[in-house]
Amino acid sequence: MPRTLLLIGTRKGCFLLESDADRRDWALRGPFCEGWPVYHAVHDPSSGAIYAAAASEWHGSAVWRSPDLGETWSLSSEGLAYDADSGRKLSKVSTLAVKNGRVLVGVEAPGIFESHDQGETWSLLSTLAGQPGSEMWDDPANQPPGHLGISALMFDDEEPSRFWAIVQGVGLFETPDDAESWTPRNKGLRADWPRPHEEVGFCVHKLVRSPVDGDRMYQQNHVGMHRTDDAAHTWVEITEGLPTEFGFAGATHPHDRDTFYVIPLDPGHGRTMPDGHAAVWRTRDAGESWQRLDRGLPQRDAYVGVLREGMAVDPYDDPGLYFGTSTGQLFASTDEGESWNQIADYLPAISSVEVAVIE
Amino acid sequence: MADVRLPGTLTPLFSGLTRRTDVDARTVREAIERLNEQWPGLRDRLCEPGPQLRRNIHVYVDRERAALDTPLESGSRVDVIAAISGG
Repeated sequence: MPRTLLLIGTRKGCFLLESDADRRDWALRGPFCEGWPVYHAVHDPSSGAIYAAAASEWHGSAVWRSPDLGETWSLSSEGLAYDADSGRKLSKVSTLAVKNGRVLVGVEAPGIFESHDQGETWSLLSTLAGQPGSEMWDDPANQPPGHLGISALMFDDEEPSRFWAIVQGVGLFETPDDAESWTPRNKGLRADWPRPHEEVGFCVHKLVRSPVDGDRMYQQNHVGMHRTDDAAHTWVEITEGLPTEFGFAGATHPHDRDTFYVIPLDPGHGRTMPDGHAAVWRTRDAGESWQRLDRGLPQRDAYVGVLREGMAVDPYDDPGLYFGTSTGQLFASTDEGESWNQIADYLPAISSVEVAVIE
Repeated sequence: MADVRLPGTLTPLFSGLTRRTDVDARTVREAIERLNEQWPGLRDRLCEPGPQLRRNIHVYVDRERAALDTPLESGSRVDVIAAISGG
């Protein structure tokens, strides 16, 4: 029977939550990575390894690796640094992507490093130099609260040299040729603030792509939900029907291109679920309409947040949905979000949730 | 030999590294390099590119705040401290 493994990045290390294909009973292991803040943990199906992007306040940033599903761990940051004379400082590793044994890590200040030897050594792949807006993110004096970094990377399923990168507070970029060239992909997005460049200046929080239709993507933005039907060349807003336009997490249905899940949050400083009522929202018609899903979720005094990597979906025929909160709870649904169970509690603040099904 | 004392957050990262170790070195920088030869990657946990000491790593030589170029003598006590920070 397959093993279902949830990889949970938290403010105090990485945890693993394991079940079988039924996904009813879960066993927790951890904390791993010596309690370092883990911003993103992913599983590489080609090697079986787990990678965790972490940044210690004392010992700097590194990528941890476990070759045996969490039994043993090691870390490396060899090559994971900007040249001392470049003026750029690598303060945090934020996000990971793996494809065919190759590992990418997005960092702050904005840049992408790669490893071809399972995380033993790293080299700088791109800083997106010369792209519109780069003069801002290259200037340390321009760093806003929360800073600027590469907050997400997403490989194309078919072409390994094609991938997308989100520059925090700037927008989405695509490269077709392994970062040799980049194109901003923000046409049609909304921004409620002045922008010095037409093509950038958008605050993309989360990008997900339908596994059954690569042209279909969804985006939770700082201002609004958006959808594309042409692989991010143009976007349309689909916020209407949601309780707020703000949020971070999102997940696509693994078998239906029109079904997408999002967790709206209050857009102010709190960034928690509105009115203390926890809910996930679902569209089954690509954003034409939305349904509130809250059965089994706390409906009173639940001022919880969910971050950009905080929701995941597994690929089973009856897909499981999972989200982890800023207050350390993990919720799961195996009925398309109709009902939810709490499968973990009292964890440190959760930064990321990913799921792996291991045959 | 300098008497180097390392923070408890460092030793779990490197197999066989103990909190107290004798190092033959003329400066703090050289002591860290000697340790890095034996435990590759250790320098990056204490120093940023440059190198310079990480912001929250403090070094004291014979109880005086030190820098990477601070000289060591035989018998010097080197305390490497993970400064109080975070939560």
